[in-house]
Amino acid sequence: MDVAALLTCYERMAVIRRTEKAAHDLFLQGLVKGTTHLAAGQEAIAVGASAALRPDDYVFATYRGHHHALARGATPEECLAELMSRATGLCKAKGGSMHLTKAATGMLGSYAIVGSHLPMAVGAAWSARLRGTEQLAVAFFGDGATNIGAFHESLNLAAVWKLPVLFVCENNQYMEYTPIADVTAVARPAADRAPAHGIPGEVVDGNDVEAVEEAVARLARRARAGDGPAVLEAETYRHFGHSRSDPAAYRPAEEVERWLKHDPLDLARGRLAELGVQAEAVAEADERARAVVERAVEAAKAGPPPDPREALTDVWADGGAAWRT
Amino acid sequence: MADVITYREAVAEGIAREMRRDTSVVCLGEDIAAAEGVFKTTVGLRAEFGAERVWDTPISEQAIVGAAMGAAMTGMRPVAEIMFSDFLACCWDYLANEIPKVRYMTGGQVTVPLVVRTANGGGLGFGAQHSQATENWALTVPGLKIAAPATPADVIGMMAAAIRSDDPVVFFEHKALLATKGPPPPPDHVVELGRAAVVREGADITLVALAATVPLALKAADMLSGEGIEAEVVDLRCLVPLDAATVLDSLRRTSRLLTVEENPYQGGWGATVVSIVADEGFGLLDAPVRRVAGECVPLPFADALEEQVIPTVDKVVTAVRGLAAY
Repeated sequence: MDVAALLTCYERMAVIRRTEKAAHDLFLQGLVKGTTHLAAGQEAIAVGASAALRPDDYVFATYRGHHHALARGATPEECLAELMSRATGLCKAKGGSMHLTKAATGMLGSYAIVGSHLPMAVGAAWSARLRGTEQLAVAFFGDGATNIGAFHESLNLAAVWKLPVLFVCENNQYMEYTPIADVTAVARPAADRAPAHGIPGEVVDGNDVEAVEEAVARLARRARAGDGPAVLEAETYRHFGHSRSDPAAYRPAEEVERWLKHDPLDLARGRLAELGVQAEAVAEADERARAVVERAVEAAKAGPPPDPREALTDVWADGGAAWRT
Repeated sequence: MADVITYREAVAEGIAREMRRDTSVVCLGEDIAAAEGVFKTTVGLRAEFGAERVWDTPISEQAIVGAAMGAAMTGMRPVAEIMFSDFLACCWDYLANEIPKVRYMTGGQVTVPLVVRTANGGGLGFGAQHSQATENWALTVPGLKIAAPATPADVIGMMAAAIRSDDPVVFFEHKALLATKGPPPPPDHVVELGRAAVVREGADITLVALAATVPLALKAADMLSGEGIEAEVVDLRCLVPLDAATVLDSLRRTSRLLTVEENPYQGGWGATVVSIVADEGFGLLDAPVRRVAGECVPLPFADALEEQVIPTVDKVVTAVRGLAAY
């Protein structure tokens, strides 16, 4: 990754970090309802992967998907408006934090049933092949999803049909509240199982945006060339608990400290310094990110509430919800 | 084309007609391609359209329906087969949580134009896990359209409408009807989803039926005709969209209602139909509403036992006599 690209990635990660912080603060102010599953700490995976993808590639994410939506073209304002139940939200306030979707830019949704979107990504890759487009489909999922049936069904089908799909596991070490190692018989829950399905399984430092970009770019080239799917397990750590209701008190202090020292933004900042980028340039990127998110918060707050009549639209392709003729 | 076509041939013919007119239609499922379907409902498709449009899958119901969903979201019109409708439970997340909700929860950004076909129903002695009538499962989920044709012509016409639909359709093919025959429909025959058919006219009672209970209701109606009771038989054809207007219209003529459904009484579609009638057509009724439905037990194996728990002509005749005398 060249210096300019790395600086761009850094700024995108900074925007995501600040958007997540804003979501957290807005929740505490009572402006965000329901729950949020924040991805602060995992920004390098979304940003690094997106840097390696084509604009017309498909991305499927989980309920912890703010970072993917933002990395794939959703604006902080659209996302925060959605979280704040505004009509200007990404999904017209019908989706919420767990379902951020921006189909126009290939962000085909965040799904809140663990692992359910892996077969969808397989299907999108199948469709790309049928249409001869050389598009790629990427499924981002957590370590917990590697123990559900759809994970294995998806890997097998993608392998046997040799589809251009990448399975990117964000291994943040915890399956909700439980250490993944306590409930999984192999050390690398995604990568270790890939070979059993005839798929290469790689491990990458998920907090290193350059390493993620490099791995995704390489596996994407391979998939587009017709060599089939791959599994990439990106090791990372979430800064917050599983969701709003989880203070994550179960995590050992030294573990938290170790991972916080391995923060993706700090890593990128260090790398930029190594490459000779002046501190002022990084500070300017930080300042732009701060301003973008600050404006987004104000704009999202100013958005109107949804028209209650909208509750009865969008079930069917004609826009309505009538189940009787 | 022959003078008659079987219901099972109509399934393949209906799919083939759509595959010829629209290259985005593709099929996937277990044993559908090389083997041409365990019920022979996909005969000729692989030969005509090739391996790039008719795909054999592993036994992976979640992957089949989930992949169909992903393909439908990205420009294809997949037709997925779930071999027996009992197996819909293996991919129920997709039917209940993913496919019907994605359009709504994305604020209308994503459409899912897919068809999930499945062999439904009992009467063939397949036991408790291969015999259920499960259309009522799908009926509990807002966002799915539900088709259940009773004749070969309707199979072809409703398959065309289902595949052309921009919304997801669960298409129930009744196993007990697969060998039945009927006239083949003309080219480009389309039966709009949500249009019930009055398949027998009568002034004394309305029998509302679906799929395999349609011929059953017609047989009962013929027997009752000899007793001077003329039953009108309405083939609902679809549960969503539901054509309640045709049912209410029929009741204006008959004033008596019996639903004939194979799924269990507990939560069956007949309950929805009679609740609409109670709500919107109470004044049309001269008698209580009645439902002949499956018993609330798992389907047993032996014929003598299975007959005890699914609708039969005798059960319908008895129920109609009771209502006529009310």
